[in-house]
Amino acid sequence: MSIAAAQNKGFLAAVWDYLTTVDHKKIAKLYLFAGGFFFLLGGLEALFIRIQLISPENDFLTAGLYNEMITMHGTTMIFLAAMPLLLGLMNAIMPLQIGARDVAFPFLNSLGFWLFLFGGVLLNCSWFLGGAPDAGWTSYAPLSIQSPGHGVDFYIMGLQISGAGTLIGGINFLVTIVTMRAPGMTYMRMPLFSWTTFVTSVLILFAFPALTVGLFLLMFDRMFGAAFFDVTLGGNAVIWQHLFWIFGHPEVYILILPAFGIFSDIISTFSKKRLFGYTAMVFATILIAFLGFMVWAHHMFTVGLGPVANAIFAIATMAIAVPTGIKIFNWLGTMWGGSITINSAMLWTLAFIPSFTIGGMTGVMLASAVADYQYHDTYFVVAHFHYVIVGGVVFGILAGLHYWWPKIFGKILNETLGKLSFWLFFIGFHLTFFIQHFLGLMGMPRRYWVFLKDQGLDTGNLVSTIGAFLMGVGGLIFVINIIYTSVKGEKAPADPWDGRSLEWAIPSPPPFYNFKQTPLIRGLDPLWIEKTEGKGKITPAEPLGDIHMPDASILPFIMSFGFFIAGFGFIYQVDHKGWLAAIFVGMGTALICMLIRSLKDYHGFHIHKEELEREAD
Amino acid sequence: MIGWMGKRKPLFLFGMLALLLAGCGKENLTAFEPKGYGAESSMNLIILSIIIMAFVLAIVLLVYVITLVRFRKKKGQENFIPKQVEGNKTLETVWTVIPIILVLILAVPTVVATFDLADKSEAQDGINVEVTGNQYWWHFNYQGDEVQTSQDLYIPTGERVYLNMKSSDVIHSFWVPSISGKMDVNPENVNTMYLEAHEEGVYWGKCAELCGPSHSLMDFKVIAVSPEEYDQWISDMQSVDPEANPEDAVAQDGKALFEEKSCVACHAIGSSPNATGPNLTNFGDRTKIAGYLEPTEENLVKWITDPESVKPGNKMTGNYPDVSEEEAEQIAAYLLQLSPSDITTESAGN
Repeated sequence: MSIAAAQNKGFLAAVWDYLTTVDHKKIAKLYLFAGGFFFLLGGLEALFIRIQLISPENDFLTAGLYNEMITMHGTTMIFLAAMPLLLGLMNAIMPLQIGARDVAFPFLNSLGFWLFLFGGVLLNCSWFLGGAPDAGWTSYAPLSIQSPGHGVDFYIMGLQISGAGTLIGGINFLVTIVTMRAPGMTYMRMPLFSWTTFVTSVLILFAFPALTVGLFLLMFDRMFGAAFFDVTLGGNAVIWQHLFWIFGHPEVYILILPAFGIFSDIISTFSKKRLFGYTAMVFATILIAFLGFMVWAHHMFTVGLGPVANAIFAIATMAIAVPTGIKIFNWLGTMWGGSITINSAMLWTLAFIPSFTIGGMTGVMLASAVADYQYHDTYFVVAHFHYVIVGGVVFGILAGLHYWWPKIFGKILNETLGKLSFWLFFIGFHLTFFIQHFLGLMGMPRRYWVFLKDQGLDTGNLVSTIGAFLMGVGGLIFVINIIYTSVKGEKAPADPWDGRSLEWAIPSPPPFYNFKQTPLIRGLDPLWIEKTEGKGKITPAEPLGDIHMPDASILPFIMSFGFFIAGFGFIYQVDHKGWLAAIFVGMGTALICMLIRSLKDYHGFHIHKEELEREAD
Repeated sequence: MIGWMGKRKPLFLFGMLALLLAGCGKENLTAFEPKGYGAESSMNLIILSIIIMAFVLAIVLLVYVITLVRFRKKKGQENFIPKQVEGNKTLETVWTVIPIILVLILAVPTVVATFDLADKSEAQDGINVEVTGNQYWWHFNYQGDEVQTSQDLYIPTGERVYLNMKSSDVIHSFWVPSISGKMDVNPENVNTMYLEAHEEGVYWGKCAELCGPSHSLMDFKVIAVSPEEYDQWISDMQSVDPEANPEDAVAQDGKALFEEKSCVACHAIGSSPNATGPNLTNFGDRTKIAGYLEPTEENLVKWITDPESVKPGNKMTGNYPDVSEEEAEQIAAYLLQLSPSDITTESAGN
């Protein structure tokens, strides 16, 4: 394949190209597209929930369907929307920021994506096959074991498959950052987004196995007659909660740390200042990640672990406020004395600071164990984690999308539509969730299908529903913006924002080999250094030469499809042993793919020096 | 003379905040108006943490607004390059140390309160109630008194009532926001918490852990009466004759149907420990039917004839022969006259 062959292709060829691609930039687009789709799906589920709660004792949804809705909303948003969108941004940007031509394992990168997608599709198949999971996104045993039908089985297999994809992605990023930084790109010169990608990958590596183990045990309980969580047979249901939250709490940081990285890069760029307290920012990130593993039982203050455990986990949780506070003040310190440009990317960032601070505040309030006896499992908690996850993660993703859209897609998102969608979403967000803090303490537990009349909860819920619709309209306008931009948007230059990090030194969108010559890095904010002290261009670290590129492959797609088929086999063999065949076919397909991959040599191909010379700069 | 409000100023602010929050929600349900020891303990920490956190938020917002006003790029500054600052040791130390101090201010009372609420040293001499969580109702067994009831928990004011809680199926969580924070009701172990109500009243309780379709309908009541009234209630409950014939003829037919339609297989009247359904000894005094409906005959008939429409996923549906409307009315007449004690919600000042 040559550069010319990579262009000018028909529709089917383009589809084939994306099915087989191992290019991190194309995989990023796949992640963004799939994650965006699931985000809209999760948003729709959220609106159904809010319509049901618009008035007391409403009957828009039945009790069972409502439980399916909340379960799928949570699971979809966390596993199938927020994480893939972040993985998409990491894939698109991190290799560019560290001066790499791709990730360390391009084949695995593709495998990670297809596993996630087929896992997500499998989970959502449940809607059409007898009902979605209904035991909450936390799927607490024994409710999850007693849940009739196959809903929870789809949850188990879907998350197991997509979780494997995430784990693969995490390991890949880790190796990429350890081994593939350009000459001179030391750890302490990496942009914060690359740093948070690194730390997040470590979290994925250590947190996801706990979920995998939990899901395996649940799978054996539900599908093969084991009794790990069955109390009547000597099992222990609380163990599920431990396993789930040993994964689940770091998961929160898996989501928020990359967002912190995005905000750090954006604030620095649009304040035209170096990140204030860079070293402190890096160490605060690491400290948050470390402490993130020590606090899982704060989700379990009411389980009855006793005062010693509750006190220890309360204090450990409060301790996280310190590094988080450092970050907030360092962002303010970066803006202080700067020259601040406010555009859509910066608006989302500026909205994040107060919103997330409120989420952090309520986080410390929740850490106080005895106070939590009142907050726990009420709308106060719902409000808290939406302030953190929407006000932090979703704002971060949207900020990152506006900021890096020109780099990824080569076009600048429309500013007017961007601002309109921001204001609607931002106002809607606070309208929806602020009042929920009060609803919780007024006596409204979470996951309530109906709330009763005459309990003083009517107004708060109505306001919340109105806010949710504003968010919906805001989200819709963002989608319109994407469509409008792809049709009519202005073409982006290489460096539309007067950027500081390496990704702005190459064309938008970048050529598929990223860097014609590997760059030489002379410090933090390498492009800024060259603009202010050098000749305005990154100095290459090597003479122009042949570039070795990996082969495209359809194997990851087929392998993931095999696991998808096997997933159905595992779920339905409970009803009829004939379905065991699906397990053999599916797993067999995956194994054959692995065998081919192991035995066949993949030589890749070279882009020759002459071809590169013909390409304009 | 000391300045405005003098030394009492913090206390005054504290009180104002409490008053402000008290306006939120329905009395005897909202956690903002604590009427018991546990709820007060939680509320004190809630207010302390709000004050600390509001202080932090105020500082962040102040710096934030000043930064945005002062340093937003102005016309004619397009080419201005700000000074590239690496950091500031003093400032960074300050915003590390101050949060540590603030966290400690919250941590110490948190730990104290956590141990205080877990104190069970007086449980042996106190009133002990075995609480069983079921899909979707609550059972209360007054240990040592041989009194059983469901849904409405009678307790004396000013005394610690220890609840030894366990679930018969999935995890539930016992929450009476006005009196105390919640505690999970697990299937594998007994969790103990106590209720100490300061005032008489009928307090609303809720299940706070997702337990199935009717999770949101698993409400119950805690009825706090004076200690004398409580003793009276216990002795009235102890002296119930489960076989007593109602005076009313319709109710007599209802009693016969209660046995004929195998209601009695699950529902005990009196203190039978083996019943799998809610105990109905004082059903006529219940504040609600099925946990949330007004205690009218009409609602009870609906509950008996079509339980699924009242509580989706309940365990009663399909476990008894068909009951006609008329038969249901007779059963309802029987159940609604079951009122063994004069101590009812009215005694709690309701």
